[in-house]
Amino acid sequence: MLISAILYLAAIICVLGVGRKVYQYAATPAPLKIPTTPAPTTRAGVVWRMFREVVFFDSLFKASKFTWLFGWLFHAGLFVALLCHLRYFTEPVWGWVALIAPLSKYAGLAMLVGLTGLLGRRFLVDRVRTISAPSDYLMLLLIMAIAGSGLLMRFVWHTDIVAVKQFARGLLSFDLNALSGSSLLFLHLLFVAVLLLIFPFSKLLHAPGLFFSPSRYQVDNPRERRHTGGQASKSANSAVSQEQKNG
Amino acid sequence: MAKKPVPFDVPVLGDFTDTPAVKPGAMSHSQPFVAKAPINEALGYPGELVDNWQQVGVEKLGELVKGSRALRVYLDSCVKCGACTDKCHYFLGTGDPNNMPVARQDLLRSVYRRHYTLAGKYLPGLVGAKEFDEQMLDDWYKYFHQCSQCRRCSVYCPYGIDTAEVSMAAREIMDTIGKGQKYCNEIIGKVHKLGNNLGLPEPALADTLEGLEEDVEEEINVAVKFPLDVKGAEVLLVTPSADFFAEPHIDGLIGYAKVFHQAGISWTISSHASEAANFGLFIGSRDNMQKVAMRIREAALELGVKRIVFGECGHAWRVGYSFLNTLAGPFDFLDSRYPVPQHIVEVTHDLIQQGRLRLDKSANDDKRVTFHDSCNVARASRMGDKAGGQFTLPRDVIRASCNHFFDMPADTIGEATFCCGGGGGLLTDDLVELRVKGAKPRMQALKDVNDQHRITHMAAICAICKSQFSKVFPYYGFEMDQIISVHQLVGDALVFPVDPG
Ligand code: SF4
Ligand code: SF4
Ligand code: SF4
Repeated sequence: MLISAILYLAAIICVLGVGRKVYQYAATPAPLKIPTTPAPTTRAGVVWRMFREVVFFDSLFKASKFTWLFGWLFHAGLFVALLCHLRYFTEPVWGWVALIAPLSKYAGLAMLVGLTGLLGRRFLVDRVRTISAPSDYLMLLLIMAIAGSGLLMRFVWHTDIVAVKQFARGLLSFDLNALSGSSLLFLHLLFVAVLLLIFPFSKLLHAPGLFFSPSRYQVDNPRERRHTGGQASKSANSAVSQEQKNG
Repeated sequence: MAKKPVPFDVPVLGDFTDTPAVKPGAMSHSQPFVAKAPINEALGYPGELVDNWQQVGVEKLGELVKGSRALRVYLDSCVKCGACTDKCHYFLGTGDPNNMPVARQDLLRSVYRRHYTLAGKYLPGLVGAKEFDEQMLDDWYKYFHQCSQCRRCSVYCPYGIDTAEVSMAAREIMDTIGKGQKYCNEIIGKVHKLGNNLGLPEPALADTLEGLEEDVEEEINVAVKFPLDVKGAEVLLVTPSADFFAEPHIDGLIGYAKVFHQAGISWTISSHASEAANFGLFIGSRDNMQKVAMRIREAALELGVKRIVFGECGHAWRVGYSFLNTLAGPFDFLDSRYPVPQHIVEVTHDLIQQGRLRLDKSANDDKRVTFHDSCNVARASRMGDKAGGQFTLPRDVIRASCNHFFDMPADTIGEATFCCGGGGGLLTDDLVELRVKGAKPRMQALKDVNDQHRITHMAAICAICKSQFSKVFPYYGFEMDQIISVHQLVGDALVFPVDPG
């Protein structure tokens, strides 16, 4: 019961907190055109740029192959692991979820390998060590604990999957079941709750942030369309500006 | 040119650019002169550090974050991945960890966290939140004046975090509390008063241009004009004032004039807007930037021109290309067949395409040329109608004007270009050590192409770059006159009929 309450609370704070941040980002004016060029000259081009950024980590690839490799492994693993967790929430389990379910252990391993590489870099590269705050190490350790506890349940101390599923479906339908499982599962969920809790107050905001980063999402067309950035147009002509969007 | 005695160690160029080990405090002695009271006051800032500067500064920070999506997102999103840490030329040249872009941002981010985030308010030690105290202000003044706002870091950051935006914000906060930088603020004052950065009054400008006309006519026997304040001209040329007298800039101006002359385009310079540079950008002040930009609109209206063309200047082109329409537009009174504004390289490029220029490349056969992509052109603007035109157009123009062109290594040009080391309001003698050290990555790349191809000249399209390179070349064993304007190559290659009739 306790863990249900914690998870609900964490989820609510996470959703409200991130929602508030996203609203803030959207409501803050972008007064000038500042895409990092060369930048796409059309909306469609920007969609493609963002897609490559989100899926392949384009810029990071240019910057450092090592960080890219481990960062990408971790995020890709996380993505697949999350999808695999849908099997605890769907009944009957969606076909494609059942199909990818066997991947979950590799996903977990990829996460751990990626996180280890990133943590190692923090200790070993003097530049990265210099810029790391305690929270940067703790964040990695927390996610390692989540992935680690998950993998342990998979490979070492198996958990009763049926019970987990009952618990998870119960959460969704507000029909609370006691968590009958190992203390490892309890820990796993507790760590997840902590992660959700700190999401809106930490650098995890990079996830929504990317979509609001003017250097990436802006279209490079300042001569063609007058940008006013959501501000009242300070135009010198009385003519109203053609464009009010941040485009 | 005799080398000056140097009070610091000039970096030694090796076989490749290596990433230095972190050397804390390596540049903690470097800071530009602080502006005196009258200079700050002329721009509407307090003359000296105000009594409650901490409070005023923190409040200003909050205000800036509210008004800038970029700043807000950048301050929240950095994950300390370190991808940017080896990308800044000032870090590569000095090893000072505060010159790593993320560390530079953190100077401001830590104050933001302390005052504007939950985690920073209650757990400052955990998340690296810090007070805006004397030590912090000191670090701000030093290290936000060791950033040329070149945006190289933003290319590599997975979230596009642009340290230039953070530097601009920090400088604006410092101006607001009365700690302005002398070089930038003095220059902005001159523009407001006299129309250009050099404080060149109208009669002096007229004299200079007349002298130029005589020189050129004597040299090539063609009456190339350098018109000033001519009403009804087709083109208003806005160019950095260094083009009027500094070497090698002036040969660029002669090049533009010859291009206009041969193409039969009437043009004029305006004494009201006799400056393309806009230092309002460097201090992050939208008000100052807008005021400086408005002169161009006023001049265009007053002279009744149809087009606005910018001369060779890096950050001026950024403000012109990216911001002018926003700050001083709309420009619906100009000829809509041309983009507003246009870059002189775009004009020349078009004319070459249309076959309206007669160029004899062999006129430059004594030169073996490479090209420096100015950072503000490369990463903050465009030329032509395709992304990346800012790289291809200048190279096309150079290739059309000379036979021997060679690029520097691929990871040092284009969007990856290294700043000259003197941009962003740092082109001042009180920062020479920083400028020399910050030029190291560019000098390394020049050495590489030179070792392979025996380069005689580096061409550039930025007034600051040109001044900076003539200053730092001798420190690295090059000659100061090895830096030239792209339009010098064009001007020298242009063939005029012997008898212009
Ligand atoms: S903008 Fe340029 S100078 Fe400033 S931190 Fe980034 S790379 Fe360095
Ligand atoms: S690359 Fe971007 S996210 Fe990574 S440390 Fe630098 S500024 Fe932060
Ligand atoms: S001076 Fe030249 S290279 Fe340096 S900041 Fe400006 S445009 Fe960039």
